[in-house]
Amino acid sequence: MIVKELISAVFLSAGFFFFFTATLGLLRLPDFYSRLHATGKGDTLAVLFSMVGLAVYEGLSITSIKILLIAVFMFLAQPTATHAISRAAFRCHIQPFTR
Amino acid sequence: MIQKSDDVIVRTVARSLMPFILIYGLYVVMHGHYSPGGGFQGGVILAAGFVLLTVTQGIERTRQHMSQKTACVISSVGLLIYAGIGALCLILGGRYLDYGRLSQLLQVDQPTARSLGILGVEIGVALGVMAVMCIIFFSIFAADETE
Repeated sequence: MIVKELISAVFLSAGFFFFFTATLGLLRLPDFYSRLHATGKGDTLAVLFSMVGLAVYEGLSITSIKILLIAVFMFLAQPTATHAISRAAFRCHIQPFTR
Repeated sequence: MIQKSDDVIVRTVARSLMPFILIYGLYVVMHGHYSPGGGFQGGVILAAGFVLLTVTQGIERTRQHMSQKTACVISSVGLLIYAGIGALCLILGGRYLDYGRLSQLLQVDQPTARSLGILGVEIGVALGVMAVMCIIFFSIFAADETE
């Protein structure tokens, strides 16, 4: 039981770390594309880690399978949404940041 | 006028996610009477699937699946299911939407009849909400076409 909770805590901490870095990138990076780069990848990985942590905590049941399905669909949908947003920004001639 | 998206990634992912969105909508409708969800939320999720199809595949492709006429018919059928179940309870001697009276018709005990009655009403609401959301979405883009 304690091993399961430890594994779940490690996964949730990893998820928290990536959420933190993604939000930090959103607040600190200079332009639209680099902010999208930070949140698009950071949030995807953070959601995956958090959902796996919750599924491990739940044990093998129908609830944990549903949680893992959420992770799978987030993993499909989130990069696609990021790609679509960045493509739309490129079409609208938003200039990338140059020093 | 929404054209078909020229981006192969968006098109492919949207097309492969479409059946799962519809199944999730049906899940929300079916579990409406003992978990969060129900007819309105499930109907909106089903309609969101059609909006995603329109945005990625273009409006002509969506009209093949869900034309204005089909959407009008489905919304009327949904309202008919809702009002019909209510009126059926009225005919069987209860109040409007008093599902317990359906037990005489369905040959089951009262709690099961109530559960089935709620499920029937949820399905009617889901069909109506889905079709009306599609009509609203199509109307916005039909207004865009005439300009």
